[in-house]
Amino acid sequence: MNDVVLYAVLSLAAIGVAAAIILYFIATKFKVIEDPRIDEVEEALPSANCGGCGFAGCRAFAEATVKQGSEKNNLEGLNCPVGGNEVMAQVASILGLEVEEKEPLIAVIRCNGGKINSPSKVSFEGATSCSFAHSLFTGEGGCPFGCLGLGDCEAACDFDAIHINPERGLPEVNNKCVACGACVEACPRDIIELRPKGRKEKRIFVSCINKEKGAVARKNCTVACIGCSACFKVCEFDAITMKDNLAYIDPFKCKLCRKCVEVCPTNAIHEINFPPRKKKDGDKKTPAKTLAVKHPEKKKEVVVEKVNLTEKVKQEEKPAEKKTDTKKPGPDSVEKDKKTDE
Amino acid sequence: MLKTFKLGGVHPAENKLSKDSPIEVLPVPKRVAVPVGQHLGAPAIPLVKKGDTVKVGQLIAKSGGFISANVHSPVSGKVFKLDNVIDASGYRRQAVIIDVDGDEWEDSIDRSPEIKKEIVLDQKSIINRLNEMGIVGLGGATFPSHVKLMVPDGKKAEVLIINGVECEPYLTSDHRLMLERGEEVLIGTKILMKGLGVNKAMIGIENNKPDVIKHMTDLAKDFDGIEVYALKVKYPQGAEKQLIKALINREVPSGKLPIEVGAVVNNAGTAFAVYEAVQKNKPLIERVVTLTGKSVKKPSNFQVRVGTPVSELVEAAGGLPEDTGKVIGGGPMMGKALYSLDVPVVKGTSGILIMPDEESHRGETGNCIRCGKCITVCPMGLEPWLLEKVVMHKDFARAEKERIMDCIECGSCHYTCPANRQLLDYLRLGKGTVAKIMRTRKK
Repeated sequence: MNDVVLYAVLSLAAIGVAAAIILYFIATKFKVIEDPRIDEVEEALPSANCGGCGFAGCRAFAEATVKQGSEKNNLEGLNCPVGGNEVMAQVASILGLEVEEKEPLIAVIRCNGGKINSPSKVSFEGATSCSFAHSLFTGEGGCPFGCLGLGDCEAACDFDAIHINPERGLPEVNNKCVACGACVEACPRDIIELRPKGRKEKRIFVSCINKEKGAVARKNCTVACIGCSACFKVCEFDAITMKDNLAYIDPFKCKLCRKCVEVCPTNAIHEINFPPRKKKDGDKKTPAKTLAVKHPEKKKEVVVEKVNLTEKVKQEEKPAEKKTDTKKPGPDSVEKDKKTDE
Repeated sequence: MLKTFKLGGVHPAENKLSKDSPIEVLPVPKRVAVPVGQHLGAPAIPLVKKGDTVKVGQLIAKSGGFISANVHSPVSGKVFKLDNVIDASGYRRQAVIIDVDGDEWEDSIDRSPEIKKEIVLDQKSIINRLNEMGIVGLGGATFPSHVKLMVPDGKKAEVLIINGVECEPYLTSDHRLMLERGEEVLIGTKILMKGLGVNKAMIGIENNKPDVIKHMTDLAKDFDGIEVYALKVKYPQGAEKQLIKALINREVPSGKLPIEVGAVVNNAGTAFAVYEAVQKNKPLIERVVTLTGKSVKKPSNFQVRVGTPVSELVEAAGGLPEDTGKVIGGGPMMGKALYSLDVPVVKGTSGILIMPDEESHRGETGNCIRCGKCITVCPMGLEPWLLEKVVMHKDFARAEKERIMDCIECGSCHYTCPANRQLLDYLRLGKGTVAKIMRTRKK
């Protein structure tokens, strides 16, 4: 009996040793030599695996940085938006490289229609998916560019940073946003844009992307951008461009002076994190009317012709315009767009 | 034993409320909006501009590509403007808006009521004529008919199948057309046979239309090569792949067209339009549209000019009922709710269904419990519960692998699901997204 036990133990031991030897040789032969820096870089990353960098997870980003660092000696085009400048600086120091500081970005919702400003004309029952609703119809409010409010952006966010406000029917971004870009991808109407957070977190943007003519846009939403160009005319920093009946503010040129916010007749331009301003005498609409009266010739050229010509005209007229900046209430002028007021 | 397709199918209530209402010619409205994209493929390119005078049947927009169709004016009058006009979805598409003045027709159109039986044109001329006259499939898909007759190299057409099934509940436009203009439909069938180069045609009609089956069978005796078949009542018998399986017992392979098994399918309404185009030189400018619903005062079948706002049909049928919940373009299974009543009738509008509010709401959605009912009813042998799941998770590669492109959007799964899951919605979304992905792949 003892012999059986002895033989059993010995044969098991022999199998164990044989297995160990085979495994050792296989391990040595098939060993993958990895740069140890990949592990180091991965340590420094936030481990959110959100894909905001454009790679399949933090490990893949770490591999890409080490690869590019060794091959091209720079980290151009590689950025972890979640970690931000702090993390990128760490990654750069691990690899012995320099990396440019980037302006921190945040998601911005370029629509202010929703339930309140773009009231429902029909009611929707169906899959709770913005992509689906977009392919089916314009949306309850009727604007083909407007937010559908069904929450694809909220579902896509890994950071609890964007939520649909049920009263407004629009998404709202909080300061947990790390600008990973998931909601931008998810929105079927490209309403969300990653814009710089701005100096002291102040930012100004046009909260509308409707490209229809002003009268048509206004029928569906009271705060649509109607392409009147009032903001374009008042901007002294060339930050605003007009294209397809829509104004766009370049965040890198905008100096946050807020003149455009004041003149917008539909309140389509939003200012975020500014202290409330003192109320001025007179209607908000007055400045826009005054401008029209003061420069009737310019109005004709700018509004009727196409964008590139508009830019050219603006550049030519720039020096003369700056001096006449006083806004006095003028006589009632009939503007084309005003006629569409309900 | 009646012929039928084997896999899946459901039996929704037929509700053919308007089947005994003869076709009524709707008076021409005061203004029409004729969209330039009423067909599958590229929208047509407008040829007229603001202020132009047009006659009925005049070409107002030219085909925009190989898969495209001509658009003709349905009225005589003056072009008010070219503008973007809302369609069923609320999105705006380019249309020619015409203020109507009188009812003057192009001289080239034969308006005499006599039925012309002799087919003078040869095969090639038939195909050209269908192209010129803007004939598209009137079953709902609006595929340009002349393209369907052009059999690709390597394939051979053996039989023409005429779809007189009309399996959608409520819709009766093909029913009335075959009953009242049966001879024209058969002549149109002969023309299509000649255009396709076949000498055999099979007309499939669902067994819930015994009057039509009898009438067409009697008339078909005078036509060589055309046979009428009664089919078992089961939705979606009118879907072309199911119709082919029932009539000639062949299955169209996944991802391929009916020509692969030697068949070409055309709707009965299309056959009628083909008759008018070839024998009377009349372009596609009007069609029969059913206006129906449980609360509608007079469920009717109207002969309507394209571009007429839906509101005109509603008025003619006794006005919009008090309890209206939804107005659907098409039938209750596959149709889509209209955004407003100002939407114009287009070539593909087969019916308008006014659904009372109490029937218009979806039930509360529950969890999928893998009961398998959707799989049982799917006529294409798919797994709708799985396709819904993968589309919700945006796994479109998996959706393609699981043959989402084979889905015919019949709605049987959505109709059956005991948990009220939004199956058809996600299937349509998935198909659209996968189609986009496939288009961007390098060939």
